[in-house]
Amino acid sequence: MRRRWIAPSAVVWLVVAAAFFLIPLIATLLFSLRSIQTNKCCSGAAYSLIVHDHQFWSTIRLSFQLALETIAISLLLFVPTVYWVHLKLPRLRPVLSLMALVPFVVPPIVLVVGLLNLYKGAPSWFYDKPYGFLATAYVILAFPYMFFALDAGFRSIDLHTLTEASQSLGAGWGTTLTRVILPNIRVAALGGSFLTLAIVMGEFTIASLSAFKTFPPYIQVVNESQPYEAAALSLLSFLIVWAAMLALVLVGRGRPRPAQVAATR
Amino acid sequence: MAYLELHELRRAFGPVVALDGIQIELAAGEFLSLLGPSGCGKTTALRLVAGFDRPDSGSIVIDGKDITRLSPNRRDMGMVFQAYSLFPNLTTEQNVEFGLRIRKHKRGARRKRVAELLELVGLGHAGKRFPHQLSGGMQQRVALARALAIEPRVLLLDEPLSALDAKVRVQLREEIRRIQTQLGITTLYVTHDQEEALSVSDHVAVMWSGRIEQVGTPSEMYGAPATPFVAEFIGTMNRLQAVVVDGDRGEVEHAGTLLTVDAARGRSRGEKVLVLVRPELLELEPSTNGSTAGDNTLGGEVVTHTFLGSVTRLKIQGREAELIADVPTARVDSLPVGQPIVAHVPTAGTRLLSLNEEPASDEPDQDGR
Amino acid sequence: MIVGAFKNAHGGATLHHMHQIVQQPYRDQYWLTIKVSLITAGVGSFLGLCIAYAMIREGTPRFLRTILTTFSGVAANFAGIPLAFAFIATLGTIGIATTFIKDHLGYDLYAHGFTIFGQTGVELTYLYFQIPLMILVIAPAIDGLRAEWREAASNLGATSWQFWRYVGIPVLLPSILGAFILLFGNSFSAYATAYGLAGNSVFLIPITIGFYYSGNVVSDPHFAQALAFGMFVVLAVMMLLYVPLQRRSARWMR
Ligand SMILES: Nc1ncnc2c1ncn2[C@@H]1O[C@H](COP(=O)(O)OP(=O)(O)OP(=O)(O)O)[C@@H](O)[C@H]1O
Ligand SMILES: [Mg+2]
Repeated sequence: MRRRWIAPSAVVWLVVAAAFFLIPLIATLLFSLRSIQTNKCCSGAAYSLIVHDHQFWSTIRLSFQLALETIAISLLLFVPTVYWVHLKLPRLRPVLSLMALVPFVVPPIVLVVGLLNLYKGAPSWFYDKPYGFLATAYVILAFPYMFFALDAGFRSIDLHTLTEASQSLGAGWGTTLTRVILPNIRVAALGGSFLTLAIVMGEFTIASLSAFKTFPPYIQVVNESQPYEAAALSLLSFLIVWAAMLALVLVGRGRPRPAQVAATR
Repeated sequence: MAYLELHELRRAFGPVVALDGIQIELAAGEFLSLLGPSGCGKTTALRLVAGFDRPDSGSIVIDGKDITRLSPNRRDMGMVFQAYSLFPNLTTEQNVEFGLRIRKHKRGARRKRVAELLELVGLGHAGKRFPHQLSGGMQQRVALARALAIEPRVLLLDEPLSALDAKVRVQLREEIRRIQTQLGITTLYVTHDQEEALSVSDHVAVMWSGRIEQVGTPSEMYGAPATPFVAEFIGTMNRLQAVVVDGDRGEVEHAGTLLTVDAARGRSRGEKVLVLVRPELLELEPSTNGSTAGDNTLGGEVVTHTFLGSVTRLKIQGREAELIADVPTARVDSLPVGQPIVAHVPTAGTRLLSLNEEPASDEPDQDGR
Repeated sequence: MIVGAFKNAHGGATLHHMHQIVQQPYRDQYWLTIKVSLITAGVGSFLGLCIAYAMIREGTPRFLRTILTTFSGVAANFAGIPLAFAFIATLGTIGIATTFIKDHLGYDLYAHGFTIFGQTGVELTYLYFQIPLMILVIAPAIDGLRAEWREAASNLGATSWQFWRYVGIPVLLPSILGAFILLFGNSFSAYATAYGLAGNSVFLIPITIGFYYSGNVVSDPHFAQALAFGMFVVLAVMMLLYVPLQRRSARWMR
């Protein structure tokens, strides 16, 4: 039925949704503003404590660096792969998408158990360093999101024509990839990258079980003694995801919506 | 006594006035087409009758009862949509059965009726198929059967053929008419295709920008258009601006030429009029000197040929206006492009419209042809 | 890992772990994990569907949809430790909502048996990412419901309820089933949220695996692998149940 006004039941559901989604956020904000001495509102003490905690800076830096590393490795690995598969081996595409589903259906806890087991014998510069083991795990974790984003990107452009046009003008494979293909799948690559950023910044399971001190385990540690600071950090974490998602929406504006879910529960 | 009456219906969407007080009456068993260019408000009118939308003012009366505020599921109207209206999760049979199931008819009676209807629309064999396994034409047949199953008081069709290809369209419109006559069901048919409207309807109502311009039988609409818009919209029409010179003798002046037309008799001197001539009524002759035109003739030059089959349509650049004339294809060789001609305007068979009554408006956008 | 599940501490092959994981307390833990997943997937699907429909249906301003979709993108990804703490800050013993309800509405949640650190608390928290996930996943399917179907149904005499009963839900069912299984897996494999919230009180299987792996008390990686293998089996069984249901519900598509 063509309605002139919003349906009453729709209003009810939307209000319910708004309440359920916003109350925890508002509560967290209020909670983080409680004063440590009086347990009453409002003081910025929690926030000032955080910014003066060098652990905060070191863990968030580690998480961010890991995110960048994961994104870089993923792009270097998957852009040429997906490009090649689309161009020369389209029959392999279903195989690749099936592989991409594996990290998606395997619970992270199972993944980390398997990976720790697999790499147990690896040299310690790899196994004991976040940039080795953890980054590897995150590349695997991010694979589905990166793959599906890139896959959609490659599908939306006329790959063969672009490649042939570039080569007929004398460009080699490297030039073709960096100067012709990349600019055309930039949005897809950025989309996958922002999702990866959101994943890595929030990833707890693998980091904690392999005993690396990234940002989420740090929040966990803080919570044991300073609940208000933990609330402030949670809010910050939420803002990071917001920023990543907003970036995702902004770069993808006017184009088919990229995948939006890449959670780390 | 009208069976279905749309009384002074008015409906605006914000600043857009979709219906500006329309008045239509249908006798029981009548087939009326609502014809008009895109965006003129046909769908809006139909949706008001079906109850999907409410008018800002005016009323809809069926069989003496006002149903303006009745909800759609209690109106007993069968509607056939433009396309994609079949429930995709139900088979052909189940789609047709839907209304009967809602009305809690007995199982046996339902089966029988469904079989009858599918036979009627020529789809007896396709009962077990799902909509996506049917062609567009078949889908519309099913939609028709589904609408008829509930024995609706009125059948409403909103451009049911516009998504089909030309051949199926002609075939199916004749079938709709056959079934409608057979069942004697009152039908309101919306289309922007004038040929479709003229060929199947008892009456045609031409709409333009939210208003009814004229209602009449197909031959009235074609032969005696009441407004310049209708004249233009139904078929193709030459429109010559003229001034009445002598009302007794039926003389008008167009571009410095005196024309005698019967329709001008009785008009007052100095009245501004439009002389309407169908293309098939203009008779062309090659002219030797090109400039002198005899009695009731206009001079000009052939600009283009458009082959239409048994006739060829010629565009002629006259001194003042462009003319369109249909010439039997067999004769067209004597009238090549660039040939100066004279066109005889028949005394009888032309229509006259007083320009003083023409509503102040732009050229109507033409959707038919 | 699968191989590891069948090894004992000395590397020898054994079925011992396989036998152990179906014993108590693990059997109950599997069952609890499945229950939590079924409940949050069920409730999340239902609420997500209703909210998504409210956001898409005609009459709802377009900008509300943009906001809600973007927000769902965020909320579906906002999980783990921060989410757990957000809920503790809200509904924990001294949480903002808890104290508000106690002070202003005179109802003491915790005196009446509620705790955010219990099963209900975990479920409530999981809904925070389950509902948005449902909204994101089901929105395209709802977009695919044509206005003509609703109008044709009401034209044929159906009430709004009858439309949903005979057309709306059946058409959406394949998508709903798919979304349900996604939500189930999503909840089933969640670790961080439960750990942050109720790591010591609600024994979900992923938490137990974490215990055995990181070895706060005992460390037995092979047993952890056996438990992980068990999770695999549960997911596989869910898929086996899902595929024929999905096939049946999508019969009309092929
Ligand atoms: N729900 C609506 N909201 C706003 N404007 C509308 C709505 N429905 C119709 N209109 C406007 O009302 C006018 C008439 O629309 P309507 O759909 O009745 O035209 P129509 O004659 O059926 O055209 P077509 O042949 O293209 O189907 C149009 O200008 C249209 O833009
Ligand atoms: Mg229309």
